[in-house]
Amino acid sequence: MTALAGLRVVELAREPIAWAGKLLADMGADVILVEPPGGDPSRRYPPFLDDQPGPDRSLYWWHYHTSKRGVVIDLDDEAGRVRFRALIATADVLVEAEPRHRLATLGLDYDDLTAIKPDLVHVAVTPYGRNDPKSDLPYTDLTLMAASGPPWSCGYDDHSLPPVRGALQGYHTASHFAAMSAMTALLHRGVAGVGQFIDVSITAASNVSTEAASYSWLVADRTVQRQTGRHASVSPSGETQQRCADGRYANTGVPPRKPAEFAALHAWLKELGLDAELPEAVFLEMGAGWQGPFDLAKLGSDDEITAIFGAGREALKLIAARTSAQDFFVGCQRAGLAVGVVNAPEEAFEDPHFKARGFQVSVCHEDLNRTVVYPGAPYAFTASPWAITRRAPKFGEHDAEVFADVDAD
Amino acid sequence: MTGALSSFRICDFTGQLAGAGATKWLASFGAEVIRIEDPVRAGRWDILRGTPPFVDDRRGVDMGGAFNNHNAGKYGITLNLRTEKAKEILVRLIEKSDVVSENFAKGVLERWGFGYQRLQKIKPDIVYVSNCGFGHTGPYSDFKTWGPIVQAVSGLTFTNGLPEREPAGWGYSYMDHTGAYFMAMAIMLALLHRQRTGEGQWVDLACTEAALTLHGPALLDWTVNGRPTRRAGQPHSNRSAWPPMAPHGIYPCTGDDDWIAIACRDQADWQRFAGVVGEGWCLDPQFATVDCRYAAQDALDQHISAWTATRGKFEVEDLLRTAGVPVAAVMKPQERIDVDASTGEFGLWPTVRHAKMGAVRVDGQPVHFSKTDWRLERGGPCLGEHTEDVLTRLLGYSTEEVAALRDEGVI
Repeated sequence: MTALAGLRVVELAREPIAWAGKLLADMGADVILVEPPGGDPSRRYPPFLDDQPGPDRSLYWWHYHTSKRGVVIDLDDEAGRVRFRALIATADVLVEAEPRHRLATLGLDYDDLTAIKPDLVHVAVTPYGRNDPKSDLPYTDLTLMAASGPPWSCGYDDHSLPPVRGALQGYHTASHFAAMSAMTALLHRGVAGVGQFIDVSITAASNVSTEAASYSWLVADRTVQRQTGRHASVSPSGETQQRCADGRYANTGVPPRKPAEFAALHAWLKELGLDAELPEAVFLEMGAGWQGPFDLAKLGSDDEITAIFGAGREALKLIAARTSAQDFFVGCQRAGLAVGVVNAPEEAFEDPHFKARGFQVSVCHEDLNRTVVYPGAPYAFTASPWAITRRAPKFGEHDAEVFADVDAD
Repeated sequence: MTGALSSFRICDFTGQLAGAGATKWLASFGAEVIRIEDPVRAGRWDILRGTPPFVDDRRGVDMGGAFNNHNAGKYGITLNLRTEKAKEILVRLIEKSDVVSENFAKGVLERWGFGYQRLQKIKPDIVYVSNCGFGHTGPYSDFKTWGPIVQAVSGLTFTNGLPEREPAGWGYSYMDHTGAYFMAMAIMLALLHRQRTGEGQWVDLACTEAALTLHGPALLDWTVNGRPTRRAGQPHSNRSAWPPMAPHGIYPCTGDDDWIAIACRDQADWQRFAGVVGEGWCLDPQFATVDCRYAAQDALDQHISAWTATRGKFEVEDLLRTAGVPVAAVMKPQERIDVDASTGEFGLWPTVRHAKMGAVRVDGQPVHFSKTDWRLERGGPCLGEHTEDVLTRLLGYSTEEVAALRDEGVI
């Protein structure tokens, strides 16, 4: 049995919450995606199957709406509202990101809907929350992220280059909080028998997801500055991104500082036949035999600690310059060092580790007579597994079966 | 007040942010989260215990500002799990818990004798959620990670940047925050399953895998069309390909490292934008339609940058906002926390009371519940702050027994 089996979620199609609906649907909730006449605009977003635009060919749509059923309801029409109320009467959760007064104007806001479904969990997602007039301003993922912190911390050492944002992650973060809120309220409903209204702010979600940028200011009135490929910081820190022999990058993480790490690094250097090229190799041996605490506070003042620590960094640089980023990553990890290859998404997707864990999943597109490989589960549940139960719905695909079910109730 | 999650108790081994962020959510909705730390190493497995920011000149394991931020509202106890008596205490705690949560490297809990099978024996319907970089199975399961490594391996570092430059990546551990959100979901999904079936389970969360799910359309473009993201002109992460929007970027302004984000969703936005700018280039045929502008984006961005570069970011924000164009200044921490009234009015930065630091502001939750809203009042626990309280109140030890356990180095 799936974790959310038997729970019905109504999702009013809007870009910022598509991911929240998928998180619930892939865990077994019966998510009914409600589109307006004409369809949700993201049905027409690229990329497209075979690069040919067309109905039901958007890979963007395919991804964000797996495991959902789709219906069309015109909320601007009284017959549509009657149908929507009937649907809500059968639902456990409503997730929506409508303009903040729209549902109230239509007589479909929380206070109206609880007359039909008293224990409804209503999750409303808006840019700044339901009570803030700034939620009425036009927005995109980019503008909301700029307003709420992430880009300030991301970019390059060279501050003449613009800060950068992680595309669509503002919507993802808001969706995570929308889904977490729905789950929290459902657990409470399971104990207390009551639903409630939940106000989720997209900008607030990113505001509390910027790590030290926020709490350096909250605690100590300090401002972090962005740096290339590493944490924004109040004081500049050493580079951690290294270009490897194949032109790809690796994140070198924290340099070695334990005897076992120096020993493993030295052994690897010798295995590669590079120890003769590193004059500092002798210090790696000293590090491998170090007795007592290796006190990094003495960096710069204690000659031996400084030389050993420096040798670790130099050894990593030398190896990186002579090996591929992937080999550097695996070799460092075998030496006990937390290093990462900077993969492109598709390179990670094809990596044997993720394949072995079953991350590539096949989804049947019976309409196209083909099977498509999708990204799989974010978490491995042993008793109530994650699963994509169906491809994304076509426009109005489930009108008949859903409305028959709803009208019968 | 009864919180949304008041009926749940969490036996919590999490730390850093990827784990602690998950149980902070649970604690802020009233779950009784009991953090277990090692008295021998003074809890320093969680490096944030003693690292900046600091409220004043005091230092030490109780003074880390990040630790306080991520652990507000939790209880903290110490158990020296090298000793049999501490393991007995842990068994008693697990018997009374709904969830065991941890984000150690693979195998740590197993080595202590508390792998999933043992947990199940102690409490048959226990929910056990483990969270590590590569998960508990697969060729890399012994590899170590922290946030930036997860981001590097999963593609999130690569996709953040400007073309023909090295990756800009993330200036913070996006995947520690996000890994924590997935972990909170894993815990609650498993609790929902248990609430309805009576069945517990183990959830193996791999942060790298969770991160990979965030690339959905790009991965389908790869599996369906064979198009890689590693290609000329990519990444260009301030632009929008899905859907194509132009202009869509972050542009320079006067002032110290001041920037403005502008997006035109459609032709109507562009006409409003052009109406504000009012310069000749806006009428250039190469910028006439979305498709034209998208193709000529480098030239377009140069014109826009020249226009924004002579203006303040809040001036541009006002001008375009009034015209109805999506726009936002790139906000600095001070601006979004103390200047933008919307965050304060939302109650986003609650003040908690920490036993040693006193009153400190922390990240709140970006949501409000109409009936059982979150509350954060207590700061993160000092090392072992609640050991005696938990052992006596919850587990039935006497004050004398607790004193003896302390003398024996058990707690």
